[in-house]
Amino acid sequence: MGAGFIHPLCGGTGCPNAPEAGRQSLASLHRDRTVRGRGPSRAARALSPSEEAGVEVARPKTLDAALAALGSAPDAHLLAGGTDLMVAVNLQHLRPTAVVALRRVDELRELADGWIGAGVTYARLERWHRPALAELSRTVGSPQIRAAGTVGGNLGTASPAGDALPYLAAVDATVVLASGEGQRRLAWDEFLLGPKRTARRPDEVIVGVELPEVAPAREAFAKIGVRQAMVIATVNCCILRWDDGTTRVALGAVGPTVVRARRAEQLLADERDPAEATLDEFQRLVMEEVAPIDDHRSTAAYRRHAAGVLARRTLERCLR
Amino acid sequence: MIVTLEVNGETRTVEVAGWESLLWALRERLGLPGSKPACEQGECGSCSVLLDGELVCSCLVMTSDAEGASVTTVEGLSGPGGEGLSEVQRALIDHGAVQCGFCTPGLVVAIAHLVDHATDPSEADIREALSGNLCRCTGYGSVLRAVQSLTGGDTA
Amino acid sequence: MSTVTGVDRRLAGGVGTSVRRPDGVPKVTGRFEFVGDLRADGMLWAATRRADVARGRLARLDLAPALAIRGVAAVLTQDDVPGHRFQGQHVTDQPVLCDGDIRHVGEPIAVVAADDPETARRAAAAITVEIEPEEPLVDLEVALERGEVFRHVRVRRGEPDRHGEVVVEGVYTTAFQDQAPLGTEAGLAVPDGDGGVDIWGPTQWSHVDHRQIVACLGLADEQVRVHPVGLGGAFGAREDLSLQTHIAMLALTTGRPVKIVYDRTESFVGHVKRHAARMRYRHEADRDGRLVRVEARVLLDAGAYETTSAAVVANATFFTVGPYRCDTVVADGYALRTNHYPAGAMRGFGANQVAIAAEAQMDRLATELGLDPVELRLRNALAPGDPMATTGQVIDYPLPVSDVLRSVAALPLPDPPVTGDPRLLPGGTGLTTTPDQVVRGVGYALGFKNLQFSEGFDDFAEARVELTPAGAVAHTAGIECGQGMVTVIQQVVRSVLGMDNVEVAFDHTGQIGSAGSTSASRQTQMAGNAVLQAAEALRQRVLLSTGGDELRDDGVYRDGVRVATLAEVCANGPVAEWVHYQHPATEPPDDNGQGRVHVDFCVAAHRAVVDVDRDLGMVRVVAVDTAQDVGRAINPQQLVGQIEGGIAQGLGYAIMEEVVVEDGCILNPSFTDYLLPTALDVGSVEAIMVEEPSPWGPFGAKGMAELPTVASAPAIAAAIRAATGRPLTRMPIRPQDIVDL
Repeated sequence: MGAGFIHPLCGGTGCPNAPEAGRQSLASLHRDRTVRGRGPSRAARALSPSEEAGVEVARPKTLDAALAALGSAPDAHLLAGGTDLMVAVNLQHLRPTAVVALRRVDELRELADGWIGAGVTYARLERWHRPALAELSRTVGSPQIRAAGTVGGNLGTASPAGDALPYLAAVDATVVLASGEGQRRLAWDEFLLGPKRTARRPDEVIVGVELPEVAPAREAFAKIGVRQAMVIATVNCCILRWDDGTTRVALGAVGPTVVRARRAEQLLADERDPAEATLDEFQRLVMEEVAPIDDHRSTAAYRRHAAGVLARRTLERCLR
Repeated sequence: MIVTLEVNGETRTVEVAGWESLLWALRERLGLPGSKPACEQGECGSCSVLLDGELVCSCLVMTSDAEGASVTTVEGLSGPGGEGLSEVQRALIDHGAVQCGFCTPGLVVAIAHLVDHATDPSEADIREALSGNLCRCTGYGSVLRAVQSLTGGDTA
Repeated sequence: MSTVTGVDRRLAGGVGTSVRRPDGVPKVTGRFEFVGDLRADGMLWAATRRADVARGRLARLDLAPALAIRGVAAVLTQDDVPGHRFQGQHVTDQPVLCDGDIRHVGEPIAVVAADDPETARRAAAAITVEIEPEEPLVDLEVALERGEVFRHVRVRRGEPDRHGEVVVEGVYTTAFQDQAPLGTEAGLAVPDGDGGVDIWGPTQWSHVDHRQIVACLGLADEQVRVHPVGLGGAFGAREDLSLQTHIAMLALTTGRPVKIVYDRTESFVGHVKRHAARMRYRHEADRDGRLVRVEARVLLDAGAYETTSAAVVANATFFTVGPYRCDTVVADGYALRTNHYPAGAMRGFGANQVAIAAEAQMDRLATELGLDPVELRLRNALAPGDPMATTGQVIDYPLPVSDVLRSVAALPLPDPPVTGDPRLLPGGTGLTTTPDQVVRGVGYALGFKNLQFSEGFDDFAEARVELTPAGAVAHTAGIECGQGMVTVIQQVVRSVLGMDNVEVAFDHTGQIGSAGSTSASRQTQMAGNAVLQAAEALRQRVLLSTGGDELRDDGVYRDGVRVATLAEVCANGPVAEWVHYQHPATEPPDDNGQGRVHVDFCVAAHRAVVDVDRDLGMVRVVAVDTAQDVGRAINPQQLVGQIEGGIAQGLGYAIMEEVVVEDGCILNPSFTDYLLPTALDVGSVEAIMVEEPSPWGPFGAKGMAELPTVASAPAIAAAIRAATGRPLTRMPIRPQDIVDL
């Protein structure tokens, strides 16, 4: 260990300029600004050499332009709402060399009964007429996050606790990807491979998700967190019911990726008006079908129990 | 890289690091240190600004992606000519809703947005609208009372 | 003794009015300068390299990769500390930079100064650090066994063989809590060109910071000035040094101003925490519920360095019983050294942990005896004239324990929610819970704490009040961190002088003597009394020299006629009075913890109402109401703000805030996973201020800002226990604790 310093101006031989700079700063700082509020300095700091490292930022307005940009820089990071990428930039000091920003691509923002564009924000979905979509959107982050965060981002990040994912799984959504070579359509469970892992290739953009033509007759979403707002789900759940009794049950944060509780679904398949005993069995099956872990947010045992309770209650909302 | 955007009604051209957040650019490059960095994760709202009229966290906006956008910060929400106070600012002061002041700029922006968009919000509506703005000092009671004085709600 | 005078109705902003704070306008317009906003010409930016394990030996440290980066001006380590290599408020046991041994995660190893923050960060990351990890000590019982004790406080009072018929025992644990002030640590050090340095940084006691920094820099007192500056909150996080010596060293080495700003992750490892605690209690009472004997063993996890733990454990031990009479107390408090992050001051300072335990014990006693919890407390409530259960000190000042409890119990309870608005139910917009799935619980707690410093500490506050042609200025080295000290000082001086035109100037260490720590709920009484006395002396002097009988904003008056303008009074310069105020003496406790240990006390009663979804273990706090002993409300609106803010921190302590540690490492150093209450989490607050003037505060005021945090958490815990029937001895109470999984 040893001391070391190099002064860039004077190479360590004495710094004639530095003390003057110090004295000037001192004089200006001695003026009381704390209470009287002369205000913080509004001086601008110029870019330093380390900040000048080039970043290729493409701001396409069409999907084709986005694909072209991505094609020519396959290691580019995709930027939609920034709610994941910018956290990595700010706190993990990720320094991308290429970014393709997608928020100007109108085609990605289409929203229709059978389609959610990847660029659709939660703020928009919160006002959408599909109840479960509106419900889940309202729980994502905060108003600020909802104005920026997108469904495509939720899919692309593929956190096991992602709030849109149980809906997409329950509805058996098809994920549509595009690259310079054309489009690919993957079932949601072919797309979501594990925690933070997807089948998206580096040169692909998520275009959106296809939903079935026949909308569920009833749908409900619920999410458990430790406080009343701005929480990552400890468990989340989406249940859809069609008029013929078909039931879909999906849960998040209780497995490496979203879990469809298929045996629980099967139990309800022909039950138009399930009895209490059936609901008890439903709850028990859900508990068996989830695979939660212990982490710093919660325990596997709690999550398993809560998954059962939450699924049952969410189902009861669909049955009312 | 060079980015041109409108900030508080003025066209500004600024050189930023390509990956730099708008919060950073506002504070370091644009001479607007009013927005505050308390978490840089979008979990506290202290950096809230309006981006094309939407309430967002400026720490989550990549400045280079704000090319051509219109940004309003706390500095742009004061009264006429920037000298006087807006009714939001006045209400916060009058109700004792300012303590350390670090969350205050973000709250000013969020409340201004709420007041512009909400019709007759209930107490729960107000709390939900401000649920993305953390305050460690006030416990939110005075903030709520300040907002209710503007929205005509019950201020008991 | 302070003068208790009536409110002067002529004044717009005197004592007793809810006058606006003087720094409100800059704060709402974004023009208030926080320490992180500071700039200086020619400024360098600093970054810290820290240890990522809780214990180990520094095997290799190579600075060359950092020094090789263009734009780096200096890289410093422990070898570069010019003076004493350790800092610490009470004991200088904390290395300024790693001395070869890592004792907690986040321990600073080296600091870098560079042209810009990006370069500084990269350079810090580039330093080669090799640590040979060792097994960290993280268990409190093991620490006790091994004798890793910073301080043991022992209380023995009463008859050793006296026992009570009814016995309840319990073990209670509380977690580390983070102050999480929204303003992270930031600082600026500017060398003065003559070998000295000016420092702006996060502080709660500039003079104590100064003392440590001067010793570490090997400089004379007058060569270092520590300046007050805008802070984004404190809550105890700023009582110990964090970045100050680092940036001062860098500034002196490079000859340039040096700035640093911690991001939230670094802030989490960059300041002290509230001690985690493990408390074993035994309460014995007679059949009427009167306490006969309390035994307590309190283990506090003080982390790697002592910081203020000696005082925290004293507080904890002396307040183990709460504001109740009890003639036999056997209490032992230990501040234990572990490899956790250093613990220090946080709002409540040791009283919080024991309040959790003591109040839970009282509820259990009540249940055991079939008594109402309020009634049990009233039967045991301390009253002036009683000896404090632990120290035996006779409480001969106002302490309205029964009064505050009765007042809060008399408040109407909130109505159950009439609609199924999910935001009014546990789970909120997560739609987890319907109204029929909710059980409501009500809980009470009393919070009890000392005001000001104790145990014979020579505590004082200096102040200077001067009259200028433009008005009066009160000078203090106290720290305005949001709590409204600036307003209180202004109001006190206004009321004493009879003038509205009063400004408050916060002076640096070279301009004025210490105001003491801005903590321990002490500044209202200490700096408040200091400026009160200075203002009184000033007023008397001015009236005497002019023959007047009244001082007003535009001059001196006699019989309603002006006899001198301010300019005339100040013809030879500003007229000033300087006061060095000391509070009444206290004494160190004897070997049994007995003695006149404290200056003054305060008490608050809280009642919490919670709605609990028992199947999911989810809680919504509906209301926390309180009656608090405030002595005199200098600024009622500000006081309510402190109560509401304090309650929110107590709410966090009870149900959502926990620094999760594993092998000494912090697992949740971010706001994603360290959860602070949002606007949707706090319920309604009804606050009653009980004013029984204290002889030790200006106009009878008591400090009051810690108690709301001390008392609200146990009340909320009590309410959850009432709703669930579960013992819930661990704080914070998590969903899995309620569901018992």
